[in-house]
Amino acid sequence: MSAPASKYKKSNEPFWWSLFGAGGMVAALLMPVAVVLTGILVPAGWLSQAKLLELIHHPIGRLYLFALISLPLFHWAHRFRFTLMDLGLKRIGGLLGVFFYGAAFAGTAMGAWYLVRL
Amino acid sequence: MTSRELAPREYVQPIRRSSWWLSRGTYFWFMIRELTALFVFIYVLFLLALVARAPSSDSFTRFFEYMKSPTSMGWHLAVLVMVLYHTVTFLNLTPKAIVLWRGEQKVPPAAIASAHYIVWIAVSLTVLWIALG
Repeated sequence: MSAPASKYKKSNEPFWWSLFGAGGMVAALLMPVAVVLTGILVPAGWLSQAKLLELIHHPIGRLYLFALISLPLFHWAHRFRFTLMDLGLKRIGGLLGVFFYGAAFAGTAMGAWYLVRL
Repeated sequence: MTSRELAPREYVQPIRRSSWWLSRGTYFWFMIRELTALFVFIYVLFLLALVARAPSSDSFTRFFEYMKSPTSMGWHLAVLVMVLYHTVTFLNLTPKAIVLWRGEQKVPPAAIASAHYIVWIAVSLTVLWIALG
Protein backbone atom coordinates (compact mmCIF):
# COMPACT_ATOMS: atom_id res chain seq x y z
CA MET A 1 0.00 0.00 0.00
CA SER A 2 1.48 3.31 -0.97
CA ALA A 3 0.61 6.54 0.77
CA PRO A 4 -0.58 9.46 -1.35
CA ALA A 5 2.47 11.40 -2.45
CA SER A 6 1.08 14.72 -1.29
CA LYS A 7 0.90 13.56 2.33
CA TYR A 8 4.67 13.54 2.86
CA LYS A 9 6.99 16.38 2.16
CA LYS A 10 10.21 15.35 0.49
CA SER A 11 13.22 16.06 2.65
CA ASN A 12 16.91 16.36 1.82
CA GLU A 13 17.74 15.62 5.45
CA PRO A 14 18.96 12.00 4.84
CA PHE A 15 21.58 13.26 2.37
CA TRP A 16 23.11 15.77 4.82
CA TRP A 17 22.75 13.31 7.69
CA SER A 18 24.74 10.60 5.89
CA LEU A 19 27.55 13.07 5.16
CA PHE A 20 27.39 14.13 8.83
CA GLY A 21 27.63 10.50 9.96
CA ALA A 22 30.47 9.64 7.57
CA GLY A 23 32.36 12.78 8.62
CA GLY A 24 31.83 11.98 12.28
CA MET A 25 33.25 8.50 11.77
CA VAL A 26 36.28 9.74 9.81
CA ALA A 27 36.97 12.40 12.45
CA ALA A 28 36.55 9.85 15.26
CA LEU A 29 38.90 7.28 13.73
CA LEU A 30 41.54 9.40 11.96
CA MET A 31 41.68 12.81 13.62
CA PRO A 32 43.14 12.09 17.10
CA VAL A 33 46.27 10.41 15.70
CA ALA A 34 46.72 13.23 13.16
CA VAL A 35 46.55 15.82 15.97
CA VAL A 36 49.14 13.81 17.93
CA LEU A 37 51.45 13.82 14.87
CA THR A 38 51.24 17.54 14.07
CA GLY A 39 50.75 18.84 17.61
CA ILE A 40 53.00 16.63 19.76
CA LEU A 41 55.42 14.57 17.66
CA VAL A 42 56.52 17.52 15.49
CA PRO A 43 57.32 19.83 18.45
CA ALA A 44 58.96 16.89 20.25
CA GLY A 45 61.25 16.45 17.25
CA TRP A 46 60.18 12.84 16.57
CA LEU A 47 58.71 13.71 13.18
CA SER A 48 61.09 15.63 10.91
CA GLN A 49 60.12 18.18 8.27
CA ALA A 50 61.35 15.91 5.46
CA LYS A 51 59.36 12.95 6.78
CA LEU A 52 56.18 15.03 7.16
CA LEU A 53 56.54 16.32 3.58
CA GLU A 54 57.08 12.77 2.37
CA LEU A 55 53.88 11.63 4.14
CA ILE A 56 51.86 14.53 2.63
CA HIS A 57 53.13 13.81 -0.90
CA HIS A 58 52.56 10.05 -0.80
CA PRO A 59 49.38 9.00 -2.72
CA ILE A 60 47.96 7.27 0.37
CA GLY A 61 48.82 10.31 2.47
CA ARG A 62 46.93 12.52 0.01
CA LEU A 63 43.87 10.28 0.13
CA TYR A 64 44.07 10.24 3.93
CA LEU A 65 44.27 14.05 4.01
CA PHE A 66 41.43 14.44 1.52
CA ALA A 67 39.15 12.20 3.60
CA LEU A 68 40.21 14.02 6.78
CA ILE A 69 39.51 17.46 5.26
CA SER A 70 36.35 16.83 3.29
CA LEU A 71 34.01 14.60 5.30
CA PRO A 72 34.64 16.17 8.75
CA LEU A 73 33.73 19.56 7.19
CA PHE A 74 30.25 18.18 6.48
CA HIS A 75 30.12 16.79 10.02
CA TRP A 76 30.95 20.25 11.39
CA ALA A 77 28.51 22.02 9.06
CA HIS A 78 25.56 19.83 10.05
CA ARG A 79 26.24 19.76 13.79
CA PHE A 80 27.03 23.46 14.02
CA ARG A 81 23.93 24.40 12.05
CA PHE A 82 21.66 22.45 14.38
CA THR A 83 23.45 23.71 17.50
CA LEU A 84 22.84 27.31 16.42
CA MET A 85 19.20 26.44 15.70
CA ASP A 86 18.91 24.95 19.22
CA LEU A 87 20.35 28.18 20.61
CA GLY A 88 17.52 30.25 19.13
CA LEU A 89 18.29 30.64 15.42
CA LYS A 90 15.66 28.13 14.27
CA ARG A 91 13.97 30.72 12.06
CA ILE A 92 17.03 31.15 9.84
CA GLY A 93 17.82 27.40 9.69
CA GLY A 94 17.58 27.37 5.90
CA LEU A 95 20.03 30.22 5.54
CA LEU A 96 22.43 28.59 8.01
CA GLY A 97 22.24 25.42 5.92
CA VAL A 98 23.19 27.24 2.74
CA PHE A 99 26.07 28.98 4.52
CA PHE A 100 27.55 25.98 6.38
CA TYR A 101 27.07 23.30 3.68
CA GLY A 102 28.39 25.84 1.16
CA ALA A 103 31.49 26.34 3.32
CA ALA A 104 31.97 22.57 3.52
CA PHE A 105 31.80 22.28 -0.28
CA ALA A 106 34.25 25.20 -0.66
CA GLY A 107 36.70 23.61 1.81
CA THR A 108 36.43 20.26 0.01
CA ALA A 109 37.19 21.93 -3.33
CA MET A 110 40.17 23.78 -1.82
CA GLY A 111 41.53 20.58 -0.29
CA ALA A 112 41.17 18.68 -3.58
CA TRP A 113 42.92 21.49 -5.47
CA TYR A 114 45.87 21.69 -3.04
CA LEU A 115 46.31 17.92 -2.92
CA VAL A 116 46.16 17.44 -6.71
CA ARG A 117 48.70 20.17 -7.55
CA LEU A 118 51.28 18.97 -4.96
CA MET B 1 -18.05 26.06 32.86
CA THR B 2 -18.49 28.18 29.82
CA SER B 3 -18.17 26.80 26.32
CA ARG B 4 -15.15 28.98 25.80
CA GLU B 5 -13.17 27.01 28.35
CA LEU B 6 -14.12 23.70 26.75
CA ALA B 7 -12.93 24.69 23.29
CA PRO B 8 -9.64 23.05 22.30
CA ARG B 9 -6.81 25.37 23.01
CA GLU B 10 -3.78 25.90 20.90
CA TYR B 11 -0.50 24.56 22.27
CA VAL B 12 1.65 27.42 23.43
CA GLN B 13 5.33 26.58 23.38
CA PRO B 14 7.07 27.64 26.58
CA ILE B 15 9.65 30.36 26.05
CA ARG B 16 13.06 28.78 25.59
CA ARG B 17 16.02 30.88 26.44
CA SER B 18 19.29 30.34 24.61
CA SER B 19 20.89 29.41 27.95
CA TRP B 20 18.66 26.29 28.35
CA TRP B 21 21.71 24.01 28.13
CA LEU B 22 23.09 25.42 31.40
CA SER B 23 20.10 24.21 33.40
CA ARG B 24 21.16 20.57 33.68
CA GLY B 25 24.41 18.62 33.69
CA THR B 26 23.32 16.29 30.89
CA TYR B 27 22.34 19.24 28.71
CA PHE B 28 25.72 20.85 29.40
CA TRP B 29 27.68 17.75 28.32
CA PHE B 30 25.44 17.47 25.27
CA MET B 31 26.43 21.03 24.32
CA ILE B 32 30.13 20.29 24.90
CA ARG B 33 29.75 17.32 22.55
CA GLU B 34 28.16 19.60 19.94
CA LEU B 35 31.00 22.08 20.46
CA THR B 36 33.59 19.41 19.50
CA ALA B 37 32.48 20.04 15.89
CA LEU B 38 34.00 23.54 16.11
CA PHE B 39 37.38 22.06 17.09
CA VAL B 40 37.12 19.54 14.24
CA PHE B 41 36.62 22.56 11.94
CA ILE B 42 39.63 24.40 13.40
CA TYR B 43 41.83 21.37 12.77
CA VAL B 44 40.57 21.04 9.18
CA LEU B 45 41.54 24.71 8.60
CA PHE B 46 45.01 23.86 9.92
CA LEU B 47 45.25 20.88 7.53
CA LEU B 48 44.24 23.12 4.61
CA ALA B 49 46.97 25.60 5.58
CA LEU B 50 49.47 22.74 5.84
CA VAL B 51 48.76 21.24 2.40
CA ALA B 52 48.60 24.72 0.82
CA ARG B 53 52.22 25.28 1.92
CA ALA B 54 53.55 21.84 1.02
CA PRO B 55 54.63 22.68 -2.60
CA SER B 56 56.96 25.53 -1.59
CA SER B 57 59.89 24.54 0.60
CA ASP B 58 60.35 28.11 1.95
CA SER B 59 56.82 28.61 3.20
CA PHE B 60 56.66 25.00 4.39
CA THR B 61 59.82 25.50 6.47
CA ARG B 62 58.32 28.63 8.07
CA PHE B 63 55.06 26.80 8.76
CA PHE B 64 56.97 23.86 10.24
CA GLU B 65 58.80 26.25 12.60
CA TYR B 66 55.41 27.66 13.67
CA MET B 67 54.19 24.11 14.37
CA LYS B 68 56.97 23.77 16.96
CA SER B 69 55.92 26.98 18.77
CA PRO B 70 54.13 26.96 22.16
CA THR B 71 51.13 28.68 20.52
CA SER B 72 50.67 25.82 18.08
CA MET B 73 51.21 23.23 20.82
CA GLY B 74 48.63 24.97 23.02
CA TRP B 75 45.76 24.95 20.58
CA HIS B 76 46.73 21.47 19.36
CA LEU B 77 46.29 20.20 22.93
CA ALA B 78 42.85 21.85 23.21
CA VAL B 79 41.88 20.30 19.86
CA LEU B 80 43.18 16.91 21.03
CA VAL B 81 41.05 16.94 24.20
CA MET B 82 37.91 17.93 22.27
CA VAL B 83 38.53 15.50 19.41
CA LEU B 84 39.03 12.66 21.88
CA TYR B 85 35.69 13.60 23.47
CA HIS B 86 34.18 13.47 20.00
CA THR B 87 35.71 10.02 19.35
CA VAL B 88 34.46 8.56 22.63
CA THR B 89 30.91 9.97 22.32
CA PHE B 90 30.71 9.01 18.64
CA LEU B 91 31.94 5.44 19.07
CA ASN B 92 29.70 4.95 22.12
CA LEU B 93 26.71 5.74 19.89
CA THR B 94 27.61 3.21 17.18
CA PRO B 95 25.37 0.45 18.70
CA LYS B 96 22.38 2.82 18.28
CA ALA B 97 23.10 3.24 14.56
CA ILE B 98 24.16 -0.35 13.84
CA VAL B 99 21.89 -3.14 15.08
CA LEU B 100 23.10 -6.61 14.10
CA TRP B 101 21.32 -9.94 14.49
CA ARG B 102 22.99 -13.33 14.67
CA GLY B 103 20.04 -15.62 13.94
CA GLU B 104 17.47 -14.87 16.62
CA GLN B 105 20.02 -13.24 18.88
CA LYS B 106 20.83 -9.57 18.89
CA VAL B 107 24.57 -8.85 18.88
CA PRO B 108 25.21 -7.14 22.24
CA PRO B 109 25.67 -3.33 21.90
CA ALA B 110 28.93 -3.50 23.87
CA ALA B 111 30.40 -5.84 21.22
CA ILE B 112 29.60 -3.36 18.42
CA ALA B 113 31.11 -0.43 20.32
CA SER B 114 34.18 -2.50 21.26
CA ALA B 115 34.74 -3.49 17.62
CA HIS B 116 34.83 0.20 16.69
CA TYR B 117 37.28 0.99 19.52
CA ILE B 118 39.54 -1.83 18.29
CA VAL B 119 39.44 -0.40 14.74
CA TRP B 120 40.24 3.08 16.09
CA ILE B 121 43.26 1.83 18.07
CA ALA B 122 44.51 -0.33 15.17
CA VAL B 123 44.23 2.55 12.66
CA SER B 124 45.96 4.98 15.06
CA LEU B 125 48.83 2.58 15.75
CA THR B 126 49.27 1.89 12.02
CA VAL B 127 49.49 5.62 11.26
CA LEU B 128 52.02 6.14 14.09
CA TRP B 129 54.05 3.16 12.88
CA ILE B 130 54.17 4.50 9.31
CA ALA B 131 54.91 8.08 10.38
CA LEU B 132 57.67 7.17 12.83
CA GLY B 133 59.08 4.20 10.94
